[in-house]
Amino acid sequence: MSLIEITEVRKSFGANEVLKGISLDVDPGEVVAIIGKSGSGKSTLLRCINGLENIDSGTISVAGAQLQPDELHLKALRLKVGMIFQQFNLFPHLTAGGNVMLSQMVVKKASKPEAEAMARKMLERVGLAHKFDAYPDELSGGQQQRVAIARALAMQPISLLCDEITSALDPELVSEVLAVVRELAAEGMTLMMVTHEMKFARDVCSRVVFMHHGRVHEIGPPAEVFSNPKTPELKQFLGML
Amino acid sequence: MIEFSLWDILRNLLLATRWTVLLSLVAFIGGALAGILLLFMRIGKRRALRLFAKCYVELFQGTPLLMQLFLAFFGLGLLGIDVPAWLAAAVALILWTAAFLAEIWRGCVEAIAKGQWEASSSLGMGYLQQMRYVILPQALRIAIPPTVGFSVQVVKGTALTSIIGFVELSKAGTMVTNATFQPFTVYGLVALIYFALCWPLSKSSQILERKLNVAHRNH
Ligand SMILES: Nc1ncnc2c1ncn2[C@@H]1O[C@H](COP(=O)(O)OP(=O)(O)OP(=O)(O)O)[C@@H](O)[C@H]1O
Ligand SMILES: [Mg+2]
Repeated sequence: MSLIEITEVRKSFGANEVLKGISLDVDPGEVVAIIGKSGSGKSTLLRCINGLENIDSGTISVAGAQLQPDELHLKALRLKVGMIFQQFNLFPHLTAGGNVMLSQMVVKKASKPEAEAMARKMLERVGLAHKFDAYPDELSGGQQQRVAIARALAMQPISLLCDEITSALDPELVSEVLAVVRELAAEGMTLMMVTHEMKFARDVCSRVVFMHHGRVHEIGPPAEVFSNPKTPELKQFLGML
Repeated sequence: MIEFSLWDILRNLLLATRWTVLLSLVAFIGGALAGILLLFMRIGKRRALRLFAKCYVELFQGTPLLMQLFLAFFGLGLLGIDVPAWLAAAVALILWTAAFLAEIWRGCVEAIAKGQWEASSSLGMGYLQQMRYVILPQALRIAIPPTVGFSVQVVKGTALTSIIGFVELSKAGTMVTNATFQPFTVYGLVALIYFALCWPLSKSSQILERKLNVAHRNH
């Protein structure tokens, strides 16, 4: 059975239909890269899965939990899917440790020692155990993004959504973040990531989704999609890079 | 005719200053509490409450404080409720302060980046949890300087209550002038006392602003 089931999802902003009937099933442990040009609806799709945008029609379910717009259902779903953002979105008034602890205590009602132990473990996992007490503005972009990953992991999601998580980073910091993602993939985390890192997508992903004008235009294993694109749009997109 | 020494004048003014200070405190604290309530209505999810708070703020920001004082004093009197000047003054100033503080604070809450809401949502926090643990702690920081700054307006606002007969610093100034026929000396002293109250407030607002800015940059 698929872990994430997206069926005929449509989403418009005013008169602008951004998702025009997206269907996509993701199996447990799969790493799916989403590529496509700017404005094709990649971010919107991820945001819909996480309930940050309401869908107009269609269904989304994650491990059997159906996406519904009320707070209770949303919370249940969000405990299963974590999200990492391009701009990190760390809480600037909390230390790295505090960032990772907060939602465990507030949402899962974990005790402070429990949350702290988990936070240390997760920061360790992204290679930042020594930065527990640092504030976000004392960290490099790459370190901030790794804290953001640790923060999402601490909620023990079964899947992570990553929206261009290396796009705001200086080139020399990209690899440290990708290394963490690569490790997560190897450990069997289900990942959906919007990315412009084609080499990474080719190496790590099990499937690549090419989105075009709000539709899944082409989909397949990376070898096929990158080496043997079928549609002129994908050919053009790959040539463009 | 009795001679008034400078000390006599000053002593009388200082005694009245107590009421200016007390009224300012009452207005500010009461206004802050009511302002918090208004703020939550204004940024909350209930449409009717949002609308109410918006109208409230616009009404109080769009009319002179003096009219609000008159309405509180004479208006309630017309309804057969006998309001003493101090009560009308306190109520009007509280309501007026609440409107301005709510609006200042709304700006601070809205200055928090959208990403903060999205990140906390994606971690499963509910609206109140986001407010309590993520948004307000950040908003509070940026709200402190303008809030302290506004307290200066409150102190100066209390001067208007002399018109409905509340004896605070300004009213005392008028009364002392009538007795001494030394308007320049008396009002000069009145102005000095107001300055002594307000200047530390506006100065500390500036200092806080600078401090918090630095703190924000490198903790
Ligand atoms: N909140 C919003 N309100 C109105 N329109 C929006 C909103 N969010 C996205 N859009 C529009 O939806 C379309 C798709 O946006 P989306 O962010 O999903 O694209 P994307 O594929 O992620 O692009 P990029 O590669 O630039 O990030 C765009 O035309 C955008 O203008
Ligand atoms: Mg995007």
